[in-house]
Amino acid sequence: MIRIGSGAGFAGDRLEPAVILAERAGLAYLGLECLAERTIALAQLRKLKDPNEGYDPLLARRMERLLPVAKKNGVRLLSNMGAANPVAGAAALLEIARRRKIPLKVAAVTGDDVLQLLEPNDRILETGGRVADYPWLVSANAYLGAEALLPALASGADVVLTGRVADPSLFLAPAMHEFGWDPADWDRIAAGTVMGHLLECGGQVTGGYYADPGVKDVPRFAELGFPFAEIEPDGRFVIAKPEDTGGVVNLMSVKEQLLYEVTDPRGYATPDVLADFTTVQIRPAGTERVAVSGATGRPRPQQLKVSIGYHAGWVGEGEISYGGPNARARAELAAETLRARLAPEFAELRVDLIGLSSLHGRPLHAVGEPYEIRVRVAGRAGIREKAERVGEEVEALWTNGPGGGGGARKYLREQIGVVSTLIERSRVRPELHVTEVRGEEATV
Amino acid sequence: MKKRLYELAHCRAGDKGNTSLLSVFALRDADYPLLVARVTAQAVKAQLGHIVRGTVTRHEVPNLCALQFVCEDALGGGVTTSLAMDAHGKSLSYALLEMEIES
Repeated sequence: MIRIGSGAGFAGDRLEPAVILAERAGLAYLGLECLAERTIALAQLRKLKDPNEGYDPLLARRMERLLPVAKKNGVRLLSNMGAANPVAGAAALLEIARRRKIPLKVAAVTGDDVLQLLEPNDRILETGGRVADYPWLVSANAYLGAEALLPALASGADVVLTGRVADPSLFLAPAMHEFGWDPADWDRIAAGTVMGHLLECGGQVTGGYYADPGVKDVPRFAELGFPFAEIEPDGRFVIAKPEDTGGVVNLMSVKEQLLYEVTDPRGYATPDVLADFTTVQIRPAGTERVAVSGATGRPRPQQLKVSIGYHAGWVGEGEISYGGPNARARAELAAETLRARLAPEFAELRVDLIGLSSLHGRPLHAVGEPYEIRVRVAGRAGIREKAERVGEEVEALWTNGPGGGGGARKYLREQIGVVSTLIERSRVRPELHVTEVRGEEATV
Repeated sequence: MKKRLYELAHCRAGDKGNTSLLSVFALRDADYPLLVARVTAQAVKAQLGHIVRGTVTRHEVPNLCALQFVCEDALGGGVTTSLAMDAHGKSLSYALLEMEIES
């Protein structure tokens, strides 16, 4: 049995839970999933400005705390924090190691960047259109699988740093490495993929994105612990969390995460396998422990999914609040006014009443008059200056809007859209770059 | 007698592009057949039709006493380009749990 932990479920995740896992969960491996679809495109933009950039902006902060503990306890780290530039991320890690006098070997895995391999006629999966429909491409990254990480693990690296890798593969790879699983042993690969899928979102299997007071209570929520799996050579595993942390691991939390973002429960597709979740069995296995078994798999897809980032223009936003008597009518007047002032300039404009209809379109059960409402408007434009108009019109409501408007704020962001295509597996060639700081260097 | 789905089930929302994935689980396993009978793809489309513009497909997952709903064209054009507050549709789980069913 080995223990594999999950130290981050998205780029901005909390830092402390990973340190707790590395300190006292008896882990062999700790995976940190930090790369959403859009995140890698933003990283690519940073790399274009500076060739030494383009890895996760939080990498240094996370690793300053995590590396010493992980190294002391022999916990090997795997993360996609390499983002658009794993080699530069590895260099940044070695710099930390040198300064802290920690001997460290880092394996960077590249080869996911396939921007130069795209063809204008490649099909866009979401729209049925073509790559040529997107003239302002930022990035194109193929989802590598666990096999691409095996040479990095075999190199003996303390840290494996990647760019785009299928999220579950970060956790499947160490199981394959430790137990010597055949990549075509589909049931075991499916079992490791189910484990990876349950771990990849960090706290989402231990009570995060779950708590609902009185229905789904989560003790010591503020100290939510992150999960680890205890996996056996045959692929059976238990999901658990470190003792003396907050959160829950129960059948409900595990079920919710098992089906999270799953389009077809009979065929969950990764670069490694088509996994069938409808054969998975879960049962309680002690306090805050759930046993998972029975996953089955079919041969992996012949093609790899590619995530393409493109410039989708600029979004301007603004918000302002109304409260007290007749708040709703004044908010509605503000909304109508903004629409009238902005609609002629914006083909894509959205006005929301926060507190009433911003999330679900309208209240889905009877509600009284809300005490306060926040008006929010968002519009898209091709150029920055035009998008800025949205926030300006909201601020102008201070003196040109209904009575008692308060707390106006404006925001502006560049929007990166993401679409997908497929690429032949044989055209994607993962590469390994191993660098290290040796003991004598580290102790100089 | 009518019951709110919230009394019988828990739900989590996920997203893939412009598709919202809504996972519905019986709070008590014994209620799963009732969910299978009442929480149909059609009923979900009726509940969320003003948000979900496309097709709703249902997968039964009896090993988890779960129903998985694949709701197409539900996220304002897609997570990365939507102008909505909740671009991921993460709050849609609770819009579905507002549904009233005959029990």
